[in-house]
Amino acid sequence: MSCRLRYGAFADDRDLLDAARECQEKGMPVRDVYSPYPIHGLDPLLGLKRTRLPFVTLVAGATGLALAFWFQYWTSAHNWPLNVGGKPYDSFPAFMPVAFELTILFGGLATAFFLMARSGLFPGSRREPVHVRVTDDRFVLVLEHRDASLSVEDYESFWHRHGAVETWSEVCGCNR
Amino acid sequence: MADHIATGETPLITGGKTPAQVTADVFGPLDRKPTWLWYAAFLLAASALIVGVVSVTYQIMTGIGTWGLNRTIGWAFDITNFVFWVGIGHAGTLISAVLLLMRQKWRTSINRSAEAMTIFAVICAGLFPLIHMGRPWLCYWVFPYPNFRGPLWVNWRSPLLWDVFAIGTYFTISLVFWYIGLVPDLATLRDRARGLRKKIFGFLSFGWDGSARTWSRYEVACLLLAALATPLVVSVHSVVSTDFATANLPGWHTTVFPPYFVIGAIFSGFAMVLTLMLIARKVMNFEDYITMKHIGAMCRVIVFTGSIVGLAYATELFTAWYSGSEYEQFAFNNRMFGPMGWSYGIMVGCNVIAPQFLWLRKVRNSLPLIFIITLLVNVGMWFERFVIIVTSLHRDFLPSSWTSYLPTWVEIGTLVGSFGLFFTLFLLFCRFLPMIAAAEIKTVLEHPERDAKDADRRAA
Repeated sequence: MSCRLRYGAFADDRDLLDAARECQEKGMPVRDVYSPYPIHGLDPLLGLKRTRLPFVTLVAGATGLALAFWFQYWTSAHNWPLNVGGKPYDSFPAFMPVAFELTILFGGLATAFFLMARSGLFPGSRREPVHVRVTDDRFVLVLEHRDASLSVEDYESFWHRHGAVETWSEVCGCNR
Repeated sequence: MADHIATGETPLITGGKTPAQVTADVFGPLDRKPTWLWYAAFLLAASALIVGVVSVTYQIMTGIGTWGLNRTIGWAFDITNFVFWVGIGHAGTLISAVLLLMRQKWRTSINRSAEAMTIFAVICAGLFPLIHMGRPWLCYWVFPYPNFRGPLWVNWRSPLLWDVFAIGTYFTISLVFWYIGLVPDLATLRDRARGLRKKIFGFLSFGWDGSARTWSRYEVACLLLAALATPLVVSVHSVVSTDFATANLPGWHTTVFPPYFVIGAIFSGFAMVLTLMLIARKVMNFEDYITMKHIGAMCRVIVFTGSIVGLAYATELFTAWYSGSEYEQFAFNNRMFGPMGWSYGIMVGCNVIAPQFLWLRKVRNSLPLIFIITLLVNVGMWFERFVIIVTSLHRDFLPSSWTSYLPTWVEIGTLVGSFGLFFTLFLLFCRFLPMIAAAEIKTVLEHPERDAKDADRRAA
């Protein structure tokens, strides 16, 4: 079945929210939304699930903590024990500051890398924005036109009703 | 002029800006050639940096004997500068992380440049331990790596090693947090630019397209990083304070040091942010973004933290008296009334007394007066570290070894150079990157026309 992507650019994020709400009510599939800043209240309309990022942070932080304690213990009590001022080799309270810092370091870096990996952000990416002003003041709603009962005119009136300032469409590459 | 923050009515961003105007205001200056003022400032900063480079080169080639240290005072200017710069580096992450968690929206105008300031200050701070190693080419010895000397590992019980990890983590996380915040604005730069600039910013902006899926994840990531950075900020200066507090020296051996250092760091950092913001809003025409409301809020933080710093000074004195330890009492008597009592006077005058004037509304509304007070706080906080370090050392337990301390030109040149490095980096940042987080500012804009339209619709 052929599929076309219908793009509508808005000048106001609230117009886009109204349009997205109608899409959800009428069951019109939304591909994505592009905006210069996060639009609050949009995620449930697009059916976006909450990210698993906090879990990644927790696991990475715990790994950092365990690794730091183990390494400090291994180096100072096992691999080359050295008497420092008569203190015990396994000075766990003294190992705490470094263990804490490594918890934060691992957690923070993992959060950043997971964000980049899941969102396909990496240096030198050739991805182009859908509209040159989407990083300035335009809000773009992308719909998947698969339903044969909807005509081009239906979409035109939909965009018009919600005050889209610019519309265009293109043939969809995949058929999800 | 009315007090802005008390009313709570005035908008955060004045001038009724639209998102497009925000883009034009923030990114416009980057497209144009810099003003003569920028060139003048850059020339001054770069000259100071050269002074520093000459001093440090001479010191490394000759040895640490070029400093004014002696057998009694083994630690003075270098560590004072180190603690001073680490302290300055605390406001940025505090503004971006703690205020984000507390949902203080006024942070959006200043967080980008405050975070940049943090990174540059930590770079300055990190240079000092490197310089005072004397043999900086062996600097990798501070890291625990397998070696042929045993392997002899680092001493995990030493606060100086904790410093390596604390400062290293702080720098890394601050840089990551700052850069992630920068990505959407780098994408704006990419979409405005042509030719080579477009290629460079395209590379740096990671292919950012503003997708709702990315934004959703991005906001959670920022919150998580803020939640991690908040205890980090508290830990860093606590760890720095243990460089002193774990020693047995009267004047250093105090349990109040970690909170005392952290609050002092926030105090000095905010003063430095305010100093820079007062200049930046004027030079870059950001009066609509960094308004009297923002300045008022920062003044309040300075009065608040300055008062806690005063309390910490009083606590130290009380503890010295109440401890009944004659060595502790001597250390503080000597600190206040000894031959270096003048430095204690500068410290109290600049850190405790000067910021109290900010209680007055008239002072809070006068930009020149605020500017003077923030400069005084910067001076005072430098002297605080000098007082703690030098006055505790110069008269030790044996009167025969009592000495005094005078910095040499090398030490002063290095301090000047660190300011040069800081301002050079900051000016380059103002020139090539957006100083204000435009994407975040757009979320706190007011929409008077839209609100009026809504009201009409409800009425009809």
